[in-house]
Amino acid sequence: MELIFLLFIPAIASILSLVPVKNRDYPALVTVIGSLLDVVITLHLALIAYYRGGGEIVAINHLISTDAFGIIIVVLTAFVGFTASIFSWGYMKKVTEADNYSKVRRYYARYNLFMLSMFAVPIFSQIAVMWIAVELTTILSVFLVSFRNTKEALEAAWKYAILTSMGAAFALFGILILYWSMKLAGGDYFTWNGLKQISTSIPSYAAMTSFVFILIGFGAKAGLVPLHVWLPDAHSQAPSPVSALLSPLKCSTVIIYVLLRFLPIFSGDSSLYAGNWYEVIGLLSMGVSAFLILQVKDYKRLFAFSTIEQMGIILTAAGLLANGAHYGALYQMFSQAVTKSFCFFAAGTVLTITQTQQIESIKGLVRISPIAGIALIISGFAIAGAPPFAVFLGEITILKSGVAAGQYLVTGLMAFFIIISFIGIMYNINRMAFGKPSERYTSTKQLPVSYSMALGIAVIPVILFGLYVPVPISEFINLAVSSWWR
Amino acid sequence: MIDHTTTFSIFTELAELSAALFLLTSFGIIAMRQVQASLIMFILQSLLLAMSAIILGYQYAINHLFVVAGVTIVIKCMLLPWLLRYTIRKEVYARREILQVLNIPTSLLIAVAITIFAYFITSPLLKLSNDVAIQFNLPIGLAVLLLGAYTIMVRTEAVPQVIGILSMENGAFFAGISIASNLPLIAELAAAFDVLIIALVMGILISKIHEHTGDTSIKKMTILKEG
Repeated sequence: MELIFLLFIPAIASILSLVPVKNRDYPALVTVIGSLLDVVITLHLALIAYYRGGGEIVAINHLISTDAFGIIIVVLTAFVGFTASIFSWGYMKKVTEADNYSKVRRYYARYNLFMLSMFAVPIFSQIAVMWIAVELTTILSVFLVSFRNTKEALEAAWKYAILTSMGAAFALFGILILYWSMKLAGGDYFTWNGLKQISTSIPSYAAMTSFVFILIGFGAKAGLVPLHVWLPDAHSQAPSPVSALLSPLKCSTVIIYVLLRFLPIFSGDSSLYAGNWYEVIGLLSMGVSAFLILQVKDYKRLFAFSTIEQMGIILTAAGLLANGAHYGALYQMFSQAVTKSFCFFAAGTVLTITQTQQIESIKGLVRISPIAGIALIISGFAIAGAPPFAVFLGEITILKSGVAAGQYLVTGLMAFFIIISFIGIMYNINRMAFGKPSERYTSTKQLPVSYSMALGIAVIPVILFGLYVPVPISEFINLAVSSWWR
Repeated sequence: MIDHTTTFSIFTELAELSAALFLLTSFGIIAMRQVQASLIMFILQSLLLAMSAIILGYQYAINHLFVVAGVTIVIKCMLLPWLLRYTIRKEVYARREILQVLNIPTSLLIAVAITIFAYFITSPLLKLSNDVAIQFNLPIGLAVLLLGAYTIMVRTEAVPQVIGILSMENGAFFAGISIASNLPLIAELAAAFDVLIIALVMGILISKIHEHTGDTSIKKMTILKEG
């Protein structure tokens, strides 16, 4: 039943935030309360899954059900959605006029619908319905990307909508072929579990066709290289709280989740080399984004490229087809999601103070605004993968298991690209944070309280899970790995 | 008494005919200069999709293909064109596209190559089943999907790009009604609903772009790039 609540709460919050009240705080409050309820429900679900040993939680058989892997995704979605809703509160007050209530209402209505679509992806286990949920995550976020209504934002939204919808059509074809081959192989239910059972008996050529289309389609939706052109545009032009949902949640959690779910199905047939393809796409994404980070001029684009890099790490780790690497992939998914949302909150704070996204025109941020400066430095270190942050632990786990699995070339390339992007991120962050403040920004602006609150809540898991992983958490990730591959 | 073999073959031929016309409309979308004409081609294409679904539904006695056909007609032939017209101003439709990335004869030649490529990819798949409908619906569905993607790449106007997206989905469904005809109805209904939202969102986005730039040409959208 809780699974259904997860769909209802954002829907109700979306309707409630459209109620014409002449107050900009009202829809924000509705959204924050709704998101908080989501957090409570998802934690409850996590507890149920934990005590059941990772077994399936079913609301409607073969349609709405999920297991420990899906629960990790909904918990992440709820947590980031909650912090982003707090951040939005102050953000919307900064960017809208005091009497423009309808713009605020529209923003929150869309925000909640977007959350609804993201909860729907891990909850639906019927794959054709899941595809629709994935498509809705794009369509419902187009107007969030174009929210600022500038020429640049509209261009970004257009590219985003067209390229990812193209991807969706390719994925749909792949999914239909998969359904057909499941029927040919004698399967009954078009769900993740139903497909895993028949994964070894799918006709080889049909599996290959379906795999290619699904990889292209969802790869374009996630923004993996070479189908990534829309990603830095959309993620840099969207309002900062929306970037904090798009980048760490929509792309690198929800859609990567879908790609990871397909891996056990296609790796049933070893002549497909599904794992190796994941490694190739992952390494390509890591390599290209690492070098793009070196030349970047806009700090929101910097974090967007780092999202491509993180997606690459997760895919490569999954493609290693080793148990330790799968643990690492899920841990990385978890840690990069909380970290990247923190990064975009920091970027949003910097943007509010400096009013520019250019790295070059910002200097001495620590002196202009200590909160923004320190948040930016922490986010840089955390996402680049310095100890003691969560991303570091995830990357080390993956590299260690890569060496243990004897895949020296892949592991070496991964380590190389991680170091390149580390240098790129730290170089750019340093330029912004330190030095003599330029004249233009010497007057400190007042930051909304909600910014500090969102930053404060988001930073907790970033540091906590870098220091140590509590036993229940690591047990839960192990449960998720086994329900992913079982 | 009805001779079953003849009726079967007549229906098969009708299904083949609608498949061929379905492919032809995709060439039409590529060849038309005027936005209005592309839209009409798309409506025809959706109509042929519905027709094919009715024929297959009758032939194999799968009732929910009739529902699919009905939903396709209502949504893609009626609601969707109305929505696009409602959201986007009239002058956009009358406009002829002067600039295309490639001229039309070259485009059509490439489209032929894409169609052959689609047959080439699907030919090993066709051996998996001796179902007649799959033999032409699957390759033509894939061809229309790829031609839709090609349309998006060569057209520089916003509305034809949306039509490209929608015809890609038509292609996928055209293959789908033959290979996945037993897919639960909820998925197909939801997909039709999804198409409607795509059209609505893109239509509003196009009108916003039109407001801002007085133009719906995608060619000028080059502010965002690296370096």
